Amino acid sequence: MSTEALSANSIRMTGLRTIVIREYGRIVRIWAQTLVPSAVTATLYFVIFGSLIGRRIGDMGGFDYRAYLAPGLIMMSVITNSYGNVVSSFFGAKFGKHIEELLVSPLPNWIIVVGYVCGGLIRGMLVGLVVTIVALLFTHLHVHHVGIILAAVFLTSAVFALAGFINAVYAKNFDQINWIPAFVLTPLTYFGGVFYSVSLLPDWAQHISMANPILHMVNAFRYGFLGTSDVSVTRAFIIMGACVVVLFFWALQLLNRGTGTRD
Amino acid sequence: MQALSVRGLTKTYKNGVQALKGLDLDVAQGDFFAMLGPNGAGKTTLIGIVTSLVTKSAGQVSVFGHDLDTDLERAKACIGVVPQEFNFNMFESPETIVVNQAGFYGVERAVARERAEKYLKQLSLWDKRKVMARSLSGGMKRRLMIARALMHEPRLLILDEPTAGVDIEIRRSMWEFLREINEQGTTIILTTHYLEEAENLCRNIAIIDGGRIIENNSMSTLLRRLQTESFLLTLRDAQAQAPVIEGYGIKLIDDHTIEVEISKDQGLNDIFAALSGRGIEVLSLRNKVNRLEEMFMRLVENRQP
Repeated sequence: MSTEALSANSIRMTGLRTIVIREYGRIVRIWAQTLVPSAVTATLYFVIFGSLIGRRIGDMGGFDYRAYLAPGLIMMSVITNSYGNVVSSFFGAKFGKHIEELLVSPLPNWIIVVGYVCGGLIRGMLVGLVVTIVALLFTHLHVHHVGIILAAVFLTSAVFALAGFINAVYAKNFDQINWIPAFVLTPLTYFGGVFYSVSLLPDWAQHISMANPILHMVNAFRYGFLGTSDVSVTRAFIIMGACVVVLFFWALQLLNRGTGTRD
Repeated sequence: MQALSVRGLTKTYKNGVQALKGLDLDVAQGDFFAMLGPNGAGKTTLIGIVTSLVTKSAGQVSVFGHDLDTDLERAKACIGVVPQEFNFNMFESPETIVVNQAGFYGVERAVARERAEKYLKQLSLWDKRKVMARSLSGGMKRRLMIARALMHEPRLLILDEPTAGVDIEIRRSMWEFLREINEQGTTIILTTHYLEEAENLCRNIAIIDGGRIIENNSMSTLLRRLQTESFLLTLRDAQAQAPVIEGYGIKLIDDHTIEVEISKDQGLNDIFAALSGRGIEVLSLRNKVNRLEEMFMRLVENRQP
């Protein structure tokens, strides 16, 4: 059957599935770059911050420091990998010009965005799972609410996959896909309550921290495990949902305009 | 129905370069159409707009009646494109590249695998289906792009210099393949700098220069307009100067070669007889340039500034 005889929906669904299969294939093909580093980093964090320094810290938020640290480290890995997957895959496709394979196809731009975000979600979830397994070697993970855990990790992964997409669209060279992770993402993550409770900070610093969306994401995720949070979990989900909507339409608008992709 | 219809197409790039200046073009369904022009004439911009890789400034484009502004997805589904530059993932295998491309056009994976086998075999790439694409030779990469463009069985195939850098043997096998595809009903638009290729394959031709069509005709009509043709004759004995024969323009190229310009109403027998009468024996004869090349050069050289 020729493509013209297929319904638009059939083309879109097969096209989306193909992008997802391709992205999954890429993640698995270069597993040593995509899955292993996070496991190594998480192990080092657990050994140094959890076991060596953590013993001197004692409890954090009423929990053993390693149990407190684990959700933060899982979320940090999800954030960096969801972002990293999409930014490198989409920019690589732009750089190698094979993004044209998608741009000349009859797939609408929203399918292209969703396809790449799915790639980010897959890598984020896979790495999250790997880091969770590493965490289980060092501490017991209590599960307070599995629905909140899954919703928080899904939305956070989607937010950073979309952010990675936007970065890749604007980027003109490899330097520009490293600036945002190095100068924005890493500081926000480290100040986002991954390693500590913001209640330890002075009032003024707590107020500033509330403007950091990663703080809300990490705390919502941690609430799913420990049942405790420095922020309102409802507000955290509203922020995550709003970020997904805003970033999705931003990304779509960029593709529709042809920014960075069409002459 | 026209396979491609272009009306008043204009493109001005951000740097102010006007690549297309109100271009009109029709390509009939089933045609094998040549689009020629010097570098920078606007051919690739036109192809970019038709395949939606370049945003037009003004004008209308429709593919098999599907307007790019109002029915973009249907229009794109009709087109297969082989670009000038390699634009596939060099770290993927040819099989993965073509199967994925079919998927982007809605072709189910099982069907895509069957077609991959068919086209990779036809283009002599089946043995290389599992290797990384970057390890393929230049000719293989070109053929891979043709296989990829055919995976969704498009009604319009656009080839932007598909045989650039390909050796003559492979080029001729590609011509044969393209002829077969065209005979099966696929409309083909070809841009090339090998004018022999266009003359051999195409029935109709447009010449673009400076963002405008300066000639649009059937190949035979265009070539009939050539009033003279130049031949190179290799002579048995060395000549000190070009022989003078009334009615013929003859130049000495080297001591064993002369160039003879013959008009449409003159025959080759006359020149052989005249040379023979002067005791000059001709060993061989060939066209100085191919006819289309001569016509192309005349049209482009006479362009308006």
